[in-house]
Amino acid sequence: MSAVLETRGLCKSFGALTVAEQIHFRLERGARHALIGPNGAGKTTFVNMLTGRLTPSSGQIVLGGEDITALGQAERVKRGLGRTFQINTLFRNSPVLDNVAFAVAERKGVAGRMFRPASGYREVIDESMTLLESLGLAQDARVPVVGLPYGKQRLVEIAIALGLKPRVLLLDEPAAGVPSMESHRILAVLEQLPEDIAILIIEHDMDLVFRFAQRITVLTQGSVLAEGSPAEIGADSRVREVYLGERHV
Amino acid sequence: MQELLSSLVSVAFHGLAYGMILYVISVGLSVTMGLMGFANLAHGVFAMAGGYVMLSAMNRFGVPFPIAIAMAFVAVALGSMVLERLLYSRLYTAGELEQVLFTIGLIFMSVSVARLIYGTLPQPVYLPEEMKGQLQFLGRDFPTYRVFLIVFSIVIVGLLWFGVERTRWGAMVRAAVDYRAMAQSVGINTSRLFTLTFALGSGLAALGGALGAEIIAIQPTYPFEHLVFFLIVVSVGGLGSLRGPFFAALLIGVADTACKYWVPEFGAFFIFVATIAVLLWRPAGLFGRAA
Amino acid sequence: MSVNHAGGYIADPRTRPIEWLPWALALLCYFVAPSYLPLGSYVLTMIIFALSLDLILGYGGIITLGHSAYFGTGAYTAGILAARLTGEPLIGLAAGTLAAGLLGFVTGIVILRTRGLALLMLTLAITSLCFEVANKATAWTGGADGLGGFSVRPIVGLFKFDMFGKTAYLYCLVVLFASWWVVRRLVYSPFGASLTGVRENNLRMHAVGAPVYRRLVIAYTISAALAGLAGALLTQTTQFVGLKVLGFELSGELVVMLVLGGVGRIYGAFIGPLVYLIAQDYLAKQFPEYWYFFIGAILVMVVMFARGGILGILDAGIDRFRRGFR
Repeated sequence: MSAVLETRGLCKSFGALTVAEQIHFRLERGARHALIGPNGAGKTTFVNMLTGRLTPSSGQIVLGGEDITALGQAERVKRGLGRTFQINTLFRNSPVLDNVAFAVAERKGVAGRMFRPASGYREVIDESMTLLESLGLAQDARVPVVGLPYGKQRLVEIAIALGLKPRVLLLDEPAAGVPSMESHRILAVLEQLPEDIAILIIEHDMDLVFRFAQRITVLTQGSVLAEGSPAEIGADSRVREVYLGERHV
Repeated sequence: MQELLSSLVSVAFHGLAYGMILYVISVGLSVTMGLMGFANLAHGVFAMAGGYVMLSAMNRFGVPFPIAIAMAFVAVALGSMVLERLLYSRLYTAGELEQVLFTIGLIFMSVSVARLIYGTLPQPVYLPEEMKGQLQFLGRDFPTYRVFLIVFSIVIVGLLWFGVERTRWGAMVRAAVDYRAMAQSVGINTSRLFTLTFALGSGLAALGGALGAEIIAIQPTYPFEHLVFFLIVVSVGGLGSLRGPFFAALLIGVADTACKYWVPEFGAFFIFVATIAVLLWRPAGLFGRAA
Repeated sequence: MSVNHAGGYIADPRTRPIEWLPWALALLCYFVAPSYLPLGSYVLTMIIFALSLDLILGYGGIITLGHSAYFGTGAYTAGILAARLTGEPLIGLAAGTLAAGLLGFVTGIVILRTRGLALLMLTLAITSLCFEVANKATAWTGGADGLGGFSVRPIVGLFKFDMFGKTAYLYCLVVLFASWWVVRRLVYSPFGASLTGVRENNLRMHAVGAPVYRRLVIAYTISAALAGLAGALLTQTTQFVGLKVLGFELSGELVVMLVLGGVGRIYGAFIGPLVYLIAQDYLAKQFPEYWYFFIGAILVMVVMFARGGILGILDAGIDRFRRGFR
């Protein structure tokens, strides 16, 4: 099975500081993949390179067989790459529906239209509402995002990315900042995501990682330490050492 | 040939004087923008105030020149401290629009106060006796006051650079400019640092305004008219940098003088074109760091 | 809590009854207060100017102190055209709008690559540049004395400009109506919504694949063209154009007017200039210096305490009123 997203020898340095070293990474279609590692391991840097926010020093990024290394953020989005942010990056004073509608409208190519009123684009609004319903946010559609509790805002964060109907979805710590009692809602949403989307999540919440992921990649100090199924990773002593500082006896 | 050389020297000399004044006025703006991230468009107000204080002291109360200059510095520095504590400090975390609006409001208020107290005409500048006349150097005449201005400014700049490089205060400023959040967690009392630095920057502006009253006339429209040039010095030089604005100020001083002398039909046209070009090439300024 | 900017996907685009109030008031003024018509024309012109700024500042989130560059370009284009070629007003309007729009496009593609202070600086530099050009090119612009002595022909050959400013007033009103219609359509369209998105979260707009730069350039160009339209209108109704139309002071005053009324709300651009200019007309005559001080103080206080401007204060009042009913 060919990978839907792949990096080959991806490297990034800021002067003498190397934050990514020879990262070879594959994401299969329909994957449920997690990227874990201690703080400062370079996970967000990696995602920023995938989305085009950061230019790699060397290496290639291939999406659906196409080399996208030189493309900008908007072009990658058009080719089906969506992401969420570790810190809520929302349109705070706009209603929840609008937040999602921005993404849907861009995808449908109508976001630049200047004559008909936006509220007349029923296709956009209906699709956005359907999306909100699937995340349990329908009743908040008219509420400005800033008025929602943090946990719900985190769901809006995901909703916007879903509005893009991506083939690949990169979730940067979707449960970050959400009280652990509520993270099950996030997990429930993740589990219901369409099967054919390839999902990569960065997470620190090991509970969520081990319940959600079918494959795990461990990143430390900018390079891949280990990769495998949750069972393999859980048993890997090098991983335990990195996380818990255990000495291999 | 003799004439060309003569005018070159003249342009260089007067450009240098103008540039030094521009720097002394603008350096405070560079530091506060780099340090507090605050776009203080009202900076020209402090320069104007310094000019008014000095000229009032000399013209109305017969205060001798050196004391009047000192008064300008102290009065404006103290006044700016009050403003900073009461008003500016509340806006450090506010958005750019709020900062711009606030400073425009300050400009409006001070322009009208200046007009009310002093009227609309530029203040006359009566140089002290010792500074009148010319100095002979290499067979050429140079206005004494401007020589004094250049020398004095160099001294001030030297003291400033020394202070920032060698003193503890300077180290704190540099640290805070580089990493505001880090500086706070290291225990630097940033709000006190801001107030002191703001006062120093405003005091320097007042000094520049007072000393330069003969070059940049002191009148109520001062903050509007010259804002562009102070901002050009800072943005072309680089926010938060000390040396960048120095070179930018000298460049602009000489270029402006040259243009006004040789192509007066164009005036400051080329300066603006050059500024636009530089900012497009390097938005953070020639010596600034990209935020 | 309700959303306080016009436009978006859930907003009802139909014109609410209260939106006809400004036009009713404007017409009333025509019949009831004929001596105020010259001031009225000026207010209407400034409303168009404020609308243009609202597009780029209130919606796009681009802070500019140089919008008078486009206003002035439109003003001088109309003036020079009237003085040298033809006094036909509609052609002058079109020329002014086009010239300003072109300048807006050229400067927009260049400066919208930057942000923050660099952008603000560039807007200041551009307007200073235009000012300097107008100041020095005395053969064309009259320099510091300004350009006058041209006459404006009757509109479409029928409506002659009279001494009392009646024609001028209705002329401004019609042009404002057309501008308002265009801006309102734009604001409620998906394009307008995406501008709001750019203002609220530039980063996320990029992340949803919006061509942010292109949208901003388009908005900036339209905004500049509209400002030029206002400038041309001013020249034609006052039969004079001077350096003030290009000054940084005018840009600053415009920002004040818009913020006073309320940014990003369309009608803030109506209320702000109205209140500001009427107050100025009344107070500035009696106490000119105090007026300026007063405005500065109001601005400082708005920033400290009332960021939404007049409309924001009204909103808060209405909210409190509604809550009192529960």
